Amino acid sequence: MHTPRGTNGRAPDPFRIGGWMPMREYPETEPVDFAIIGTGAGGGTLACRLAEHGFSVVAFDAGPWWRPLEEFASDEEHQAKLYWTDERICDGDNPLQLGSNNSGKAVGGSTVHFAMVSLRFRPEWFKSRSKLGYGVDWPLDWREMWDYYTEVEQALKISGPVNYPWGPKRPRYPYRPHEVNAAGLVLARGAEALGINWAPTPLATVSAPRGHSPPCVYRGFCTLGCSTNAKQSALITWIPRAVRAGAEIRDLAMVGRIETNNAGLCTGVHYQRDGTAGFQAARNVVVAGYAIETPRLLLLSTSNRFPDGLANSSGLVGRNLMVQTNHAVWGEFEEEIRWYKGPPSLALTEHWNYDDSGKDFFGGYAYMSQGPLPQQWVATQTGNHGLWGEPLMRAMERYNHQAGLKIVGEVLPQESNRVTLADETDQYGLPVARVTFSLCDNDKRLVRHAVRHMTDAMRAAGGRELWHETDNTAHLNGTARMGDDPRSSVVNPDCRSWDVRNLWICDGSVFPTVGGVNPSLTIQAIACRTADRIRVLRARGEL
Amino acid sequence: MPERFPGYNVLQKRHTPSWDEQTRRVIDRRLAMSREPRFFTAGEWQTLNALCDRIVPQPKHRPPVPVAAMVDQKLTKNLTDGYRDARMPKQQDAWRRGLNAVDAEAATRHGLPFHAIGAAEQDDLLRLMQQGELDHPAWAGMPCELWFNQRLVHDITAAYYAHPTAWNEIGFGGPASPRGYVRMGFDRRDPWEAVEAEATPAHTPRTTPRHG
Repeated sequence: MHTPRGTNGRAPDPFRIGGWMPMREYPETEPVDFAIIGTGAGGGTLACRLAEHGFSVVAFDAGPWWRPLEEFASDEEHQAKLYWTDERICDGDNPLQLGSNNSGKAVGGSTVHFAMVSLRFRPEWFKSRSKLGYGVDWPLDWREMWDYYTEVEQALKISGPVNYPWGPKRPRYPYRPHEVNAAGLVLARGAEALGINWAPTPLATVSAPRGHSPPCVYRGFCTLGCSTNAKQSALITWIPRAVRAGAEIRDLAMVGRIETNNAGLCTGVHYQRDGTAGFQAARNVVVAGYAIETPRLLLLSTSNRFPDGLANSSGLVGRNLMVQTNHAVWGEFEEEIRWYKGPPSLALTEHWNYDDSGKDFFGGYAYMSQGPLPQQWVATQTGNHGLWGEPLMRAMERYNHQAGLKIVGEVLPQESNRVTLADETDQYGLPVARVTFSLCDNDKRLVRHAVRHMTDAMRAAGGRELWHETDNTAHLNGTARMGDDPRSSVVNPDCRSWDVRNLWICDGSVFPTVGGVNPSLTIQAIACRTADRIRVLRARGEL
Repeated sequence: MPERFPGYNVLQKRHTPSWDEQTRRVIDRRLAMSREPRFFTAGEWQTLNALCDRIVPQPKHRPPVPVAAMVDQKLTKNLTDGYRDARMPKQQDAWRRGLNAVDAEAATRHGLPFHAIGAAEQDDLLRLMQQGELDHPAWAGMPCELWFNQRLVHDITAAYYAHPTAWNEIGFGGPASPRGYVRMGFDRRDPWEAVEAEATPAHTPRTTPRHG
């Protein structure tokens, strides 16, 4: 699909085959209140909430605007169309693998193919330096975030357990938990044998009907896009809400530069769409391209006044890139597991996020049950296990008896892990991102702890032929961190640039630390908070 | 090697509620794919096919998955993965350089191109490659173990497991929309899932095999 759909006063209706919904459009020359670049967990959520607060909003996404019911096939190979697969160059001691597991290119961003795991931060992580002795403090208070988590959990009708075993009290999840599949029951067995808590994973896919969303049918292709609309992605939640509230979304629109004037303020964004160059005037610009495209765009938007890129007086744009370690222990079971059924991570434990006893490292990790489909599984058996030839074919034949436990592990922020611009250019003529990443000793100690623990858990659950994955990461955060001090952060607690007061950043880039849970719920909670703060600032005349 | 899921064929679900229209289109296109190379030269094609036979050896009793053609299609369309190790050239260049280096290594050791040496010699060469121990000038600075992991094995195995025949072999349910699945627990199987030959009576599902 190479033709923009959000045009001529209408937008695709993701709930109807061939359907359309009316969409307001804004002229390019008339400044809108907010031009937002990116429509994923950060930008999509913010576009919705700002439009609902009465602001005029145009949001841009480099990717297409899909209708899942007619365009999402049950096929791994085909659904790679959801990923950001443009060239990026990776180096460092642990060069990252990008694309399928962490980068989306579609209206709705990576939430179109995320695994839907919707977890809150441990409260202490917002003050990890003061309370836990590592990383850096967030400028946000966990109690305020607790309310925004609740708002997002309600907006997405998260399906989760009645009682969540870890952390302070939280409201009931809006929808009942999903049935745990055999792969999840392996995690449960292991946890119970080791005497730690486990829970059905809170997931952003509905366990009962919701509007036009049917309950999840457990087809298992969640990370390839949900073809039934059970998954509560930004594509089917925040985006239609944003359009109904008067926002315009421009799909297949790649923003390559933010324009600034002599006063050092943003005036709008340059973009390419359908082979033509455009410029949208705006009173405020929000960058929400996730932790690689966000710093890339800021670094591309140089001017005489900002020779090192926008919002970069601290020199921190692109720095402190954080992934999460994604190591796993795999094994074989006597029983048939058939892990391709259901969402991939139906059970989890956050034990090592909340219990710090005996740790020889800072930070925490959750681990979850797994359900890789054949292409993903063979990539693990080859890249991480080193198999090929007959041994590979024999191992793959045991697919239906496999189970595994995989962490979402915290890494520490390091300035040397960063996004810069390479000499090569992409199809838009823009320099591509160079992504430099190395694990530090603390990160490696965390992984060793996790592999040891999960090996015990798998063995206790009855697993045989255990082996562990040595190189994998997920998620991208931290390249434009928020803070209280302009010298050591890129944006303030409201996600507003210290340097350019009408420039904002709203995605995982603003995370000062990552914690040991998937970031999407926190990104959305921050976006909801940012929208509310912007409304307050407007009322005070401080916008 | 006996089949693990005898008689199982995901294509028999094509007209059941496990397949929707867009999935039928996508799979039909894949099955109708041209078997002739468009990206690779005749010489490269011969080397690639020999490599595919070693990386994903296929049984003789069924029509082979056209792995090499699937790799060729990826390169013809230049479908990239979204990341490139800084030590590696671009995907298309990496493939040409790697195949050339494989033949150069075989010629140096055995005086023959890769496809003409014996299977055991081929495997020896691949093991050295995986361990990063090949250094013929034809690699031109590209680390052979990176090419092995990130191009050769990565692209060939991804192609193979995108084919319904490979899904049959491992008992994967295949396409599953809109019907999805119902039975989720240990040793539970929906009637439209593969039956495993070696299942002991204790693990035999309650339902009888049928695809529909």
